Amino acid sequence: MKAAVDTIAAGGMSARDTILLRVREALRLPAPMPHFKSLVPSGGSDIPSPHAGGSSSAGHAGLAILPLDVARPWLPDGGDTPESQLAILANNLEKLRAQMHRVADLSAAADFVLSLARTRDWHRVAYHGHALVEPLLAGVPCATYRVDGADAFDKSALEHCDAGITACDAIVAQTGSILVSSATSGGRALSILPHVHIVVATLDQIVSTLGDALHAAKHRGAGRMPSMLSFITGPSRTGDIERILVLGAHGPKELILILVG
Amino acid sequence: MIAQDAQSPQWAKKKFLHDAKVHVQDTGHRTFVQKALGGYFLSRDAQKARYRDWEQARDAASLAKWSAVNRLDELLPLFVANFEANGGQVHWARDAEEARRIILDLVREAKAKAIIKSKCMTSEEIHLNAALEKDGYGVIESDLGEFIQQLRGEPPYHFVFPCMHVRREEISELFGKFLGTPPTNSPEELTMIARRHMRQLYVDADVGITGANFLVAETGQISITENEGNARLTAALPRVHISLSGIEKVVEHLDDLAVLLPMLATAGAGQQMTCYNTLYSGPRRDGECDGPDEMHLVLLDNSRTAILADPEQRDSLHCIRCGACLNVCPIFKNVGGFTYGTTYQGPIGSVITPHLRGLSDWNHLSAASSLCGACSDVCPVRIDIHHHLLHNRRNAARTVPNRWEKFGHQIFVIVASRPWLFAAGGAIFRHTLGMLKRLPVPLLRDWLATRALPAAPRKSFRQQWRQAGKDSL
Repeated sequence: MKAAVDTIAAGGMSARDTILLRVREALRLPAPMPHFKSLVPSGGSDIPSPHAGGSSSAGHAGLAILPLDVARPWLPDGGDTPESQLAILANNLEKLRAQMHRVADLSAAADFVLSLARTRDWHRVAYHGHALVEPLLAGVPCATYRVDGADAFDKSALEHCDAGITACDAIVAQTGSILVSSATSGGRALSILPHVHIVVATLDQIVSTLGDALHAAKHRGAGRMPSMLSFITGPSRTGDIERILVLGAHGPKELILILVG
Repeated sequence: MIAQDAQSPQWAKKKFLHDAKVHVQDTGHRTFVQKALGGYFLSRDAQKARYRDWEQARDAASLAKWSAVNRLDELLPLFVANFEANGGQVHWARDAEEARRIILDLVREAKAKAIIKSKCMTSEEIHLNAALEKDGYGVIESDLGEFIQQLRGEPPYHFVFPCMHVRREEISELFGKFLGTPPTNSPEELTMIARRHMRQLYVDADVGITGANFLVAETGQISITENEGNARLTAALPRVHISLSGIEKVVEHLDDLAVLLPMLATAGAGQQMTCYNTLYSGPRRDGECDGPDEMHLVLLDNSRTAILADPEQRDSLHCIRCGACLNVCPIFKNVGGFTYGTTYQGPIGSVITPHLRGLSDWNHLSAASSLCGACSDVCPVRIDIHHHLLHNRRNAARTVPNRWEKFGHQIFVIVASRPWLFAAGGAIFRHTLGMLKRLPVPLLRDWLATRALPAAPRKSFRQQWRQAGKDSL
């Protein structure tokens, strides 16, 4: 069969057509379902083979909701109430060696950033235009760099910044992950290049699970997602040397979450 | 590696047997690797305990991959259509040679002066770095482990932990030699040396090359999992982003990642989530302040469709390259990563390499197994790894029958079907067992060199049975 495909391919077929033909030919023989220990398919019916009935998409509608709805009770708990979510989040962030700082309002958040800039003797702080971010820069005693300002983005300028301040899309209690995107967090580099990453968010941005965050991102994007979405789970790390954990491999050494509200 | 491909037909097997012998006797190496894995086992178990039902979560992960791989004919074109609608460009490569040519053309078009690369095992599979360097392009591996291996001039030892066999003293010496840094014994200081060295290289690079962990069909996004932030930087700062991925990495739904991302982290490195899990859907959009102007995705077949055509082993395409099967494998832990001589080491590598590079040259890997099944037990997507090793043995026996083995079985059939001959053979065997070691049969001598023979019983089973029957009466 492979020989037949390759004979056709030799007749000037494009790589795309050759590979897709090989795929179609390969799938003519159905593969058995894996031996599941426990699967509970939606609707209680057996999940048919993908090739049942000739059409390759037959019988698959039930799988669409599987990870989010069916798998949810099997995955780590993300909490059902705002209180439990906050508790799980705080615990996760601590284990990840990320810092969480709760403040009452934006002016308290600005005071916190000011004290950080003073005690650490920052020379330049990078940020982006956002209603939660800009107020924090009001009193900082050092230079600032706005990545999405009137001038074209300058990666060298950003590389020289001590810290980057961003907003985020969501915070996932289940895993302690912060979802940033190129649309809501000042592009791609601001949340990864500076040595310290400060995220400012409101309490209502906390969601229970990864599935919830992905679901919300899909709906917010409405067919046109930002070019980058990134789940940040703690400060950059590596274990490549003797499997010993070191923070700050290439990305930020410190991740500080300021929760407002 | 490329040069080796042209060597004698049995070179891979000979190399395996030779290297295995060397490594098995190197107890220092073995102890070091075991110790490095000790922390992994602890954190993996702690993270697994956070799942409310790990076994059922494995079912969900397995089903997500099964339903995607078995509908690749439909999902691959869907993914490509969505990826292109997002502004990305797709290139198809039937084999390694075509993939190298595509990437070289892209690099040439971009007039690249500096290339930065994040960890990508598929690029190891097609020997991309050697091809780029041959054409005069400098390429820097930015993942710390890969960077160390690049400086050492070695391929990765383990496809998730590339330099887990290297001691910190050796890394210190290596950095001293290539970067001129003072010696240090601290993993933290060594990591900071690499960090400082790499930062300007990210800024200067005009092409960034990454791999991909998942291709999300319904949204046309590629998902990249990493801990260090080097892939994030590689896809953020250079003007052109090239990603290389096997065609089997497609999943249908964005939701599938809600299961697959945490399970990849837990099984692969004992984490609840890998530090950065990033979804890319094309180059910089209007209104975004940074990001590459172009994004290219090279989709590689390179015999993956041959695995797809085998329904029995199709599930080996479910592999999410977490490396959990290597970490528990008694063979891997004894012979080490280099002995395999493959891009993908360990049990899963032993299953897929014969498909990727030919069963006749690589069947010996099917025997590099104790068939204990530890690999299948830990696989987060439930690949039936150790049975596939048996399937490969069976397939190899069909295509390249071993005449001596066949001869041996024929003799056994003759003996076993004649009770008097079986009894006579047994009697001879009981009396000569002690002398076997001294027989001038090389294969037998090799086998017995590391094994202690049991003492032969004085009476045959049948004699004992008759005796027991009399006693019980």
